[in-house]
Amino acid sequence: MATIERESHVESPPWPARVHDWLTTVDHKKLGIMYVALAMGFLIIGGIEALLIRWQLMWPESRIFGQDTPTLFNQLFTLHGTTMVFLVGMPVLIGMANYLVPLMIGARDMAFPRLNALGLWTTLFGGLVLYLSFLTPGGPPAIGWFAYAPLTGHTFARDVGTDLWAMGLLVSGVGTIGAGVNFLATILAMRAPGMTLGKVPFFVWTILWTSVQILLAIPPLTAALIMVVLDRQLGAHFFDAANGGSPYLWQHLFWFFGHPEVYILILPVFGIISEVIPVFSRKVLFGYEFMAAATMGIAFIAMGVWAHHMYCVGLARTVDIYFAAASLLVSIPTGIKMFNWLATMYGGRIRFTAPMLFAIGFLAMFLIGGLTGIMLAVAPVDFQVSDTYFVVGHFHFTLIGGTLFGVFAGIYYWYPKVTGRMLSETLARWQFWLLLVGFLLTFGPMHVSGVLGMPRRIYTYLPDRGWDVWNQISTIGALIQAPSYLIFVWNLMASLRSGPPAGDDPWDAWTLEWATTSPPPPYNFEEVPTVRSRRPLWDFKHPDDPDWKYEG
Amino acid sequence: MSLFLPLAVSGLNRGVSVFHPASPATESIRHLFILVLAISGAIFLVVEGVLCYSILRFRCRSSDPGTEPPQVYGSKPVEIAWTAAPALVVFILVLVLARTEYEVRVRPPKPQPGDEALFVTVVGRQWWWEYRYEYFNGEALGFVTANELHIPVGDAERARPVYLTLVSADVCHSFWVPRLAGKTDLIPGRQNSMWLQTTEAGLYLGQCAEYCGTQHAYMLLRVYAEQPSDFRRWLENQRKPAVNDPSVQTGRQTFLGLSCVNCHRIRGTSAAGSYGPDLTHLMSRATLAAGVVPNDRLQLRRWVADPQQIKAGCLMPSFGLSEGQVGAIVDYFLTLR
Repeated sequence: MATIERESHVESPPWPARVHDWLTTVDHKKLGIMYVALAMGFLIIGGIEALLIRWQLMWPESRIFGQDTPTLFNQLFTLHGTTMVFLVGMPVLIGMANYLVPLMIGARDMAFPRLNALGLWTTLFGGLVLYLSFLTPGGPPAIGWFAYAPLTGHTFARDVGTDLWAMGLLVSGVGTIGAGVNFLATILAMRAPGMTLGKVPFFVWTILWTSVQILLAIPPLTAALIMVVLDRQLGAHFFDAANGGSPYLWQHLFWFFGHPEVYILILPVFGIISEVIPVFSRKVLFGYEFMAAATMGIAFIAMGVWAHHMYCVGLARTVDIYFAAASLLVSIPTGIKMFNWLATMYGGRIRFTAPMLFAIGFLAMFLIGGLTGIMLAVAPVDFQVSDTYFVVGHFHFTLIGGTLFGVFAGIYYWYPKVTGRMLSETLARWQFWLLLVGFLLTFGPMHVSGVLGMPRRIYTYLPDRGWDVWNQISTIGALIQAPSYLIFVWNLMASLRSGPPAGDDPWDAWTLEWATTSPPPPYNFEEVPTVRSRRPLWDFKHPDDPDWKYEG
Repeated sequence: MSLFLPLAVSGLNRGVSVFHPASPATESIRHLFILVLAISGAIFLVVEGVLCYSILRFRCRSSDPGTEPPQVYGSKPVEIAWTAAPALVVFILVLVLARTEYEVRVRPPKPQPGDEALFVTVVGRQWWWEYRYEYFNGEALGFVTANELHIPVGDAERARPVYLTLVSADVCHSFWVPRLAGKTDLIPGRQNSMWLQTTEAGLYLGQCAEYCGTQHAYMLLRVYAEQPSDFRRWLENQRKPAVNDPSVQTGRQTFLGLSCVNCHRIRGTSAAGSYGPDLTHLMSRATLAAGVVPNDRLQLRRWVADPQQIKAGCLMPSFGLSEGQVGAIVDYFLTLR
């Protein structure tokens, strides 16, 4: 198989034909790769924004852009947040799922290949609309990523940047909804013979529930963004208190999307981790059924906890207590996941190659983000630390320590399948340690500056507050992190040409994607495999001791 | 790791730390925070401990046989145990936080003669604070000041609580003085309330905690908690109209003749604007521009000449006044004690 692949590579068509092929493709694998590439591009842009933010906060009363500093800083954190959530986090996970779900369930493609292509291009288009704001006279929006009304109203944001922000997110949201529909249809209707819903690889199970959340959470955001555009362009008054509208309503609408969104950004990562840890511990995933139920539990509870972002708006006491209790409930299924991953490692033979390194990084760091999340769920504690750097530290531990470490684990794990080449282990180790040290130095001290009273989203601070040293450590940490991303991108590109050939199944893994060639042919599988357990390749490799004998 | 947090801040600037409470509400939040930190710290140690143990104990060795380790598919009793244990912790946490919630979120009573309670309406504005003093000890006050909130301290006999009504004139803001109370938002179209109370006299710092536009960073808060006698003296002075010093007639005329009066009020004169800070007793305040610079002749001159140099983007424009006009106005301001 591998030789055939190499021969066809030599005879590849001229570049205009190849570009045309990529631009018009409806192949889930090519679309998946483009999703991930798009996310990596925006990751670099969002990262540069983050470095500028850290540079400005290094010293008290600093003005790195002179007189324009306040506005530019506010634009930077707005773009940084929006970019990382909508143009990095979601596309990278949707892209990976796009590539992997059909392969993992033994399908030829996604259920709706054209819808799939539409999703990619609308996501890109939405991002371009947002970044077009740089070319407008007022520049990008300065409203923060959750864009609290009435800051988005025409009175307070006169420039077109805010319109571009709303319409960019609206457009990319349509693409996301399309992806959600597509995953649901694919997973529910296109599984290989014998693969019941109870036997899908765990990553596929998490994508199923992520898609349910996408369908429940993104449409309210779309509706709310349309209301913003109507307010701004047609003089509606949805969020205008002076004319009977309600800025408070925006907060409910936004967080009704915004909280499930954080689970949209973490559930697929739970899936990645649940694939990587068993393979590199050489053990079956411990407690699959409980893990599956916990995933469902998180998806359901997450729909009813949004107002824990709003403890300070003056809700009734009983409402505070309800949302605190509901938010704390999430920790139970999340704890189940953590314990089951540890139980999977326990008694295994752990190989510390790059995917496992990042998966262990995920376990260690996401735990911290989860625990600070418990603190923030406790409403009275949140009265103090809400909207401070404590929160900034918390969600970066979940989104970098959680989502990004998990994504890196996944990319190191599946890159050999996608390209037929192995990534460099040496570069992976450099990337991992620089990222881990830089990450801890950047976001650890934020918890301290937060409890010392530093609010988020301030472009500067007075020297008498005692926040300088914590900010300086953060900035140094950011500088240590920065090269790790460049090493990663370099590794991705260099290994494409010079990485050692991977073969079909370099990790000795157990799910269906490893049964085909690396890279897989356009049709994925020569014949549709029949599945009898959750680890079809384990059954194949151990005919004397197959899984289906033990699974209930 | 998490227990490190209170230690890390113990020796540091106490001014705005949530671990140095000066009111009953922040004290009970601190207790709750420490409890949650302790629980989280315990979970952290157990989980990271098991993780480290597994990494060391179960790493692949060259001496391992070539076969796979025993496959363990799961265990119902174990799963039930690690579902029930966190559920118990959650249950206890909910009970404790409910108690704290009721200790912290006190509903304001009606002002009564003899209650020695202070009622102030706080108006959040881009990027400063307006304080409308409503009642003290049941007596209507009816004056307006800006940026520096004065409150009386309580003692063993009288608590002297302060009840704030929070409204916004433009966008969302959040009132946060970490040592006195958790934050409460000021939202257009809504009316919120909060409760402060302390027995420690002194200056308490804070700042707006909800992003509110260009100068969110410099929407600073200063709360002066004073002995009741000092507070009453301050109150009596604030209730008077502005000082009318004949020696600064030129400055007064200049001020009243310019567009300053469209936004600023000086009680006792024809200046009755309500969009900017009330200047009646400007010199009773220690800072300018919501706590950004000290309120002295030099900074007043800079501010009147071009506020954008001190607080870029603030809503007061530079009027291009002459040196003479600026000097005369500042001389007049310096008499507004």
